[in-house]
Amino acid sequence: MSSIKPSESAAETVVKEDSEVRPSNSFWSYLGRKTGGASISLIMVVLLGFFAFRVLPGDPVTSLTKGKQVTATQLANLREIYGLDEPLWTQFGLYLSNLVTGNLGTSYTFRAPVATLIAEHLYPTLLLTSVAAALSISLGLWVGQRSIAKRGGWFDRASTAVALTLWSVPTFWLGLLLLMLLGGGLQLFPVGGMVTAGANYTGLAYVWDVTRHLALPVTTMVAVTYAQYMLVLRASLIDEMSADYLVTARAKGLRDDLVRRRHAVPNALLPTVTLVFMHIGGLIGGAVTVETVFSWPGLGYLTFQALTGPDLPLLQGTFVVFSVIVIIMNLAADLIYRALDPRVRLS
Amino acid sequence: MTTVESDTVTQLSAPRPPSLRTTTRARRSERFVDGWHSFRQSKSGVAGLAFLLLVVLGACFAPWLAHESLLDVTLVDNDLNEPPSWENPLGTDPLGRSVLVMLLWGSRISLLVGVAATIMCMFLGTLIGILAGHFTGWRSAIVMRFIDFFLVLPSLVLAIVLSTVLQRGMWTIIIALGVTSWAGTARLVRAQTLTIEARSYIERSIALGASHRHIISRHVLPGVMPFIMASTTLTVGSAIIAESTLSFLGLGDPSQVSWGSMLKLSLDSGAATAGYWWFVLPPGLAIVAVVLAFTLVGRTIETMINPTLRAR
Repeated sequence: MSSIKPSESAAETVVKEDSEVRPSNSFWSYLGRKTGGASISLIMVVLLGFFAFRVLPGDPVTSLTKGKQVTATQLANLREIYGLDEPLWTQFGLYLSNLVTGNLGTSYTFRAPVATLIAEHLYPTLLLTSVAAALSISLGLWVGQRSIAKRGGWFDRASTAVALTLWSVPTFWLGLLLLMLLGGGLQLFPVGGMVTAGANYTGLAYVWDVTRHLALPVTTMVAVTYAQYMLVLRASLIDEMSADYLVTARAKGLRDDLVRRRHAVPNALLPTVTLVFMHIGGLIGGAVTVETVFSWPGLGYLTFQALTGPDLPLLQGTFVVFSVIVIIMNLAADLIYRALDPRVRLS
Repeated sequence: MTTVESDTVTQLSAPRPPSLRTTTRARRSERFVDGWHSFRQSKSGVAGLAFLLLVVLGACFAPWLAHESLLDVTLVDNDLNEPPSWENPLGTDPLGRSVLVMLLWGSRISLLVGVAATIMCMFLGTLIGILAGHFTGWRSAIVMRFIDFFLVLPSLVLAIVLSTVLQRGMWTIIIALGVTSWAGTARLVRAQTLTIEARSYIERSIALGASHRHIISRHVLPGVMPFIMASTTLTVGSAIIAESTLSFLGLGDPSQVSWGSMLKLSLDSGAATAGYWWFVLPPGLAIVAVVLAFTLVGRTIETMINPTLRAR
């Protein structure tokens, strides 16, 4: 929900350099610090994954049997089956040892191991989010640097207005609109799922079928996310364009176009790269609603099915897996950032 | 010479010197007027503000504009999924209620939850951000670790978890959104706190023996306030989107109409795939318009505070 403005991130990098205790610069100590931070986050996710579901008010068994006539013995039986009658610390120990062996419990509604369910649904989500991320980053960067070519020109004004509007659009509503227009109305695209039900395509036919199913969800995600990348790149380009070295470059007689693309864009990219990785969490959040609208069989749709139950072990499992993915991506971002920005290495 | 001297004396003593409180008040109102003048320079900011005022008025007077009984499925006698007509300007929903009336009543929940969640988010973010920036050493390191953790977590997924586990209702959504979204604000506030505390008047204050509490409440808080204001208006927008998302997933209060729950009904009842555009378009457009208005106002305030952003 946090909207990262370029001014903030610029201020942050400056502050970071000033305030934090100067650590040693070697790659290994940097790696050690970042991995340490990530492992603390992982531990916190594991703790939160347990305590959010056990300590907060609300009895899983009563919500499980909501609207059904059950006797007290049946309730007690259910508690025993799911291990809810044990003391909290025993439950916690069991949860930890299960987690280590990759056992995330048994889903209430699917009556199958949560780990298996998640493994089955992982690939569609990775496919959807990676295609959407690649497209929205390229679109955002292209429009961002193009719009600054003539600041205040028609392209600049139009693209900023479109970006601001799309930024205000709820992801799921855009999905509904596309579903209504292109899926339901014109019937150009399939309205749900990842492959046509009943059809057993192989080879290229399969790829084409998945692509057709992918079109609407990806369009939805790209439309909502590219705007942020574009606005941030545009803003940091504006900051960058007044820098002295660009005046020098222009004075040397370089074309404006080259000055922008070769000199300004690489430097202005840094805040955008941070943003891209920081928003992977947001992208995954978007996957929940997009997958729900298009019944795309991924982790997001699984989360939606878990919350309608409510299927608490499944929800717990998807929460932990989502968070672990995001934490690992952020660790990767820190390492890439160091490789990209010499100031992080040399400071 | 003497006359001049006595003149100065009378000038100084005749009107009682204004107290600290009145000068502060005068300075504040002057600043406010100045701020308003520079806000008025931005056409988009004024348009956004005017639109928001209109929506807030509509939300406040909803009970007088359309009686609540019009939302009761058992009391309305319209056809189901009726296209727009003179009687029902935006048509009817799959249960026969007027979409226009639902839109009006839905604005109450959407705005209320959006604003309340933002207040909570701002409170947590400001408090934790100032603590992280003001204190140093291991205390700051712990708070920073905490902020980073919440910054990284997929906030929508955490909000879903919280609102599933807790009792369904409006307050659950407010808490879930507030608890999951403060980290960005905390980072911003921390950065501002650090820049303010590097100034020499803070050093002077510490030399004079000021307590942590004094420095935070008298020097740091007023300094970060403008940034919090800009950030607040931008956050309300995203909180409204997040509220509609949670309601859309079915985590809202089922007994209350909100823009998100209208869209949920449109997906569940198949209104979207059946092409009943009058039930799909209005709630979404309402969200977009309100969020856009908040974004425009927020960006204008941001430009006022940070002159380097001018002429963007």
